[in-house]
Formats: sequence, structure tokens, C-alpha cells
Amino acid sequence: MLYVLRQIAKTGIVSERAPAPADEMRVVARLQEEILRIVGRALAIRQVDAGSCNGCELEIHALGNPYYNIEGLGIRFVASPRHADMLLVTGPVSKHMAIALRRTFEATPDPKLVVAVGDCGCTGGIFGESYASLGRVANVIPVDVEIPGCPPAPTALLQGILAALRAGQI
Amino acid sequence: MNVAPLGVAAAALPCPLPAQRCPVSSGQLITACRLAWEQGGQLVALWVSDDRDRERGFCLRVLLRDADGLTLLEHTLPDEGARYADLATIFPAANRMQRAAFDLSGVQCDADDQRPWLWQAAWPIDRFPLRRDFEASPKWEPGQEDYPFVRVAGDGVHEIPVGPVHAGIIEPGHFRFQVVGEKVLRLEERLGYVHKGIEKRFEAMPLLDGGRLAGRVSGDSTVAYAWAYAQALEAMAGTTVPPRAAWLRALCLERERVANHLGDLGYLGNDGGFAFGLAQFSRLKEDVLRLNREAFGHRMLMDVVVPGGVARDIASGEAAAMRAQCASLRREIRVLRDIYDEHAGLQDRFRTCGHVARELAMQLGLTGFAVRACGIAEDLRADFPLPPHDALAVRKATRTEGDVAARVAVRFDEALESLRLIDGMLAALPEGEVLAPLPSIPAFRLGLGMVESWRGPVTIALESGPGDSIRRCHPSDPSWRNWPVLEHAVIGNIVPDFPLINKSFNLSYSGHDL
Repeated sequence: MLYVLRQIAKTGIVSERAPAPADEMRVVARLQEEILRIVGRALAIRQVDAGSCNGCELEIHALGNPYYNIEGLGIRFVASPRHADMLLVTGPVSKHMAIALRRTFEATPDPKLVVAVGDCGCTGGIFGESYASLGRVANVIPVDVEIPGCPPAPTALLQGILAALRAGQI
Repeated sequence: MNVAPLGVAAAALPCPLPAQRCPVSSGQLITACRLAWEQGGQLVALWVSDDRDRERGFCLRVLLRDADGLTLLEHTLPDEGARYADLATIFPAANRMQRAAFDLSGVQCDADDQRPWLWQAAWPIDRFPLRRDFEASPKWEPGQEDYPFVRVAGDGVHEIPVGPVHAGIIEPGHFRFQVVGEKVLRLEERLGYVHKGIEKRFEAMPLLDGGRLAGRVSGDSTVAYAWAYAQALEAMAGTTVPPRAAWLRALCLERERVANHLGDLGYLGNDGGFAFGLAQFSRLKEDVLRLNREAFGHRMLMDVVVPGGVARDIASGEAAAMRAQCASLRREIRVLRDIYDEHAGLQDRFRTCGHVARELAMQLGLTGFAVRACGIAEDLRADFPLPPHDALAVRKATRTEGDVAARVAVRFDEALESLRLIDGMLAALPEGEVLAPLPSIPAFRLGLGMVESWRGPVTIALESGPGDSIRRCHPSDPSWRNWPVLEHAVIGNIVPDFPLINKSFNLSYSGHDL
């Protein structure tokens, strides 16, 4: 226990603050403001991998690390779409995931914000549309915001989530 | 493998590892597999190519590996009605590969288990995407199949279906548990949800562009896949990449290994109820990704390895930053390792959990760090070392216990060993060019690439078509061999330990479903 406490003390708080407007943390500071102003409570996100190569998932995971500290901003990932305000969907949407994705969307209560993540989620990306792939997320469920990138960096993900909140005006 | 007892002629196969190819008749196919098994060989991959346009019917290829290197058995089936022997009787891992080969190419084997594997009613069951005359229709709507799961009967036995959409941020797949109380009697996996037609997609690409797609077969192993693809193409072309490029590739591969091991060590702590571990390790992983971005322009190193070399060179300042990072990571990992080792609660969750016996691992063909945790020391980087791994003498990490704790220990060892390798590579990085031009490749050549990713060996089998096009490309992920073992590893454990056991293997869905 002593070692754990020592390590915690030694690490300190690495979550980044906003020294200058161009800094990536600046986005985060704005985001927190935005959430408090618009939502007035925590934002609950359900992530759905609808066919990605798992690259986007790794960057979504990174949002939880101490640098981005997404939970500290009042945003958390939930286990059920029924608890979610927003779906964060990676693509391309494989045909085998189409039904599961539609059902997840139906199970999500309003405002049902949908953010498509990654080049594949936005356009179908390198996989495109085929016998097995329906391409972009918007081909299957309505999308509010698209975050391009292969995969998008955590900062871009935060920016996209912010944009969706504005679009939704919940 | 010594194929002399079969009485067939082996020819050299373009591949940076020792590799041979042998044509076999249907009788020889099963004999060759049995012989391979007796010689300590394992099945790596199995796939079918449609060669009817060349008047050659279908070609079944079975890739085997043993201490001598790789052996590719090639068996020609004259038409779609011809069957081949069930190889799962020798190599159980063949079961799903055979079913997938049927789903995609329509060539059937003689097995009892004829259930689909990658097919889930997205296209008509009598159409086969990897046939050259296949045409997809926009009218085909995603359908629902009724997959016959095996059920356990008895007093108090109930079933828990999980997925395809899981509770966490992970890839989709379906798990069907048969449990009594908390205890798992049986787990059956149903995969294929992220099948997005990667093999067919390759066939619409020029050879030089295929590396980009190979790097997206499984995003967490992008360096390994891109390198394996480049190996296959360069072997066909007879091109040797500049020394500096080879070293930078290996540097990226080890950085990919460190990043993935760090991330998973954090999640393993978290799944064991120790959130401190996740916070600490995810911080360290982020440090690695950020420096990747600075040095190579991409956090996960996508598209850095390209056919002919690497897309980007590093400056001396970046090399120095990476060496400094090695030193600090080594220090931090050791501190965290002591904390993990001495944390009674965590060790209670790790030890004896998700046990895989050595014999079972051998029988089922477990591979990668998971097999090294069962006392079987196989690692391409040490068994068939290529530059620069040959110069640095990779030390294989092994444990014998075969449980979650052993897999955790191997990953700690490997992360530290990778840091040593990275440091060694940067200390002796050759000067010079980082990209060599590739000549035009004649049609109908076959090349193989195989790289030890953090998860295990990834394989690319590449066939050229006319005009530098891809005729066929088959990527094979170590997950093909490890998924079936996970079903065994959870038997007798309690349901709440499944996430922990699953994470200790961390298998790829995308790399498997293709």
C-alpha cells in the first residue's frame, strides 16, 4: 500500500490544463464548460464498434487515460445504450453488425446523438462498400457529427463530441 | 519439415524465413499433416484460391510451421464438387479455418462440422465472395441466421448470451456461456461480426497499395501486418530493403509491442479490481504513443512500414528522446511490477485463473505470448531472426504456469525486453537510405511474410496478378489459433473472471473476421 501511495504521489496530477488557446487541453476546458452549460449533468456515451479494425477503439480508450481524463470532465462510457445520451460509432458498418447497430440505436433514449468515428465511420474508408460492408455509419443510422482520422487522435475525438453536443442542444 | 517420407518434391518459396512449398495429392495432404504433427509442427493458416480462370480448379493451401521453418502444402481440387480431408482431426485449429474457407470460396472439406463460420446471412449462402465470378448484389439485405450452439443440459444449468455489442469499449463478437451457479461449464464463441470483406478488397488493389490495407487488418498490430505484407512483396521481387529501413521497422514493431503490453497490463489490473494499475499504465502507454507521433508522424505507427522500406526516417533528436524514454519506462515498469506482484488481492485474481495446460496448448496450437506462458518457447524473433533481431539476440520470455498470472508475467518480461531491443537498435542504427524501389512483379508469383506481433505471429500470403495487381491476399492472425483455446481456458472458472481471462489473451476480432 505504501508503494502504491508513493507512486501516486510521485506521479502527481498529469491531467493537462490549458496554458494557451492552441493547446490540446484548451479543447477540453471548453468541453467541460459546454457540458455544464448544455447538459447540466454528466454525458453518458455508449461506444459501438460496428466493424472497425480496432484502431479507433484504442484511441477511444486513450480518452480515459490521466492526460485526457475524460471522466474528470463529466463524460463517461456506459454499458447499455439505454443509459446513453450519445452513441460513438466506429465503422465501416459490416453487414453482420447492421442489425445490432440499428437495435442499439433504437434502444438509446433521446436525444440519441450519434457521432461517427474515423475515416471508415465517416466514408467507409479503405474498406468501402462491398458484399460485406455497408460503408459509412450514416448509411445505417442518422449521424450528427463525423470525426475523420485514421484513427482520430483523442483530442479530435473530444472536439467531435463537443460538436455533437452543440448540434443536439440537449 | 522433412517432406522426404512423402515422396514429393519441395521447392523454395519466396519468404524471408526458411520456407518451402510442396504440391500434394489428396492422400498426401493428410499424411503430410500427420507427419508435420509428429515432427512437432503446427498449423499456421489454411485458405483456398479460385484458379479456375487458369484451368486449375481451386487451390487449397495449408501453411505449417516447425523448427525448420515454414512448409506450404498445395492441393489442387479440380472443381467445386471435390472435397478434401478434415484436417481438424490432426490440428483442431483447422476446424474454423475450413469452415471459413467454405463460406468464402465454396470448397468443402469432409468434416462433420459443416456449420458456417464467417457467414452470417449477409449474402446468399450459395454465393462465395472469393470466387472470381462472384458479383455482389445491392439487393442483398443483412439477414439473421440461426446458429446451432451446443447446449448443456441438466439441473440448474442455464445459458448466458453475451454480445455482439459488449459492455465495454471492445470489438463485437458473441459468447454463449452454459453455467451452473457461477461456474462456467462451457463457452462457445460465435465470431464473424466484423467480417468486412478484406480479402476481396485486396483483389481490387495494386500490389504497392495493399500494405495500407494490410496495416488495417487489425489496428493494434498495424506495424506487424504492414511489415509481413512488405516481406511477402519484397520476397517476390527479390528486393532487400536498406539496413536502416530494416532496423527502423523492427524499432516500430517493438514500440508497438511495448504500447500494447502496457495498455493491457493496465486493463488487467483494472479487471482485477485495481484501478490504480489502469491509470498508471495508460499514462505510460500515452507517453509511448505521443513520442511515436513526434518521431514517425502517427501515434499507432500506421503506414510507416511500406513496401521497400519505411515511409519516414527519424532525426537524431528523436532517437535520443526514444532512448531517454526507454530508461524512464524501464524504471516505471519495474516499480509497477513490484506493486502488482505484491498486491495480494490482484494476485488472488491472477493466479490459477484461466489455466491452460501445456499439453492442451500444444494440441490446440496456441501461439504468441500466450503459448510462451505455458512453457513453450516459440518466438519468430529468436527462432528465425532477421536483421536487426539477429544482432540483438532476443531473449524469449517464458513461464510455465499457463494462467492469467503467467500471461501477465510474460508481458512484463516482453515489455522490458522490447525496451532493451529498442535501446540497442537506436544505439547502433545504421546510416543510409530508408526506401528501395521495387521492380515490377510478374503475374502468378506467391510470396509469404511472417512477423512476430505482440500477440503472436501474423502471416501474409500474397499472390500477384497481371500488371502489378493483387490476385489473392490471405492475412492470418494468431487469434485464429488462440480463440478456440480461450473456450477451454474459462471452463471451471466463474463468470466474473471471464473478462480478466479474456483480457489476458486479448485476441483480435477484426484480424480474425477479416
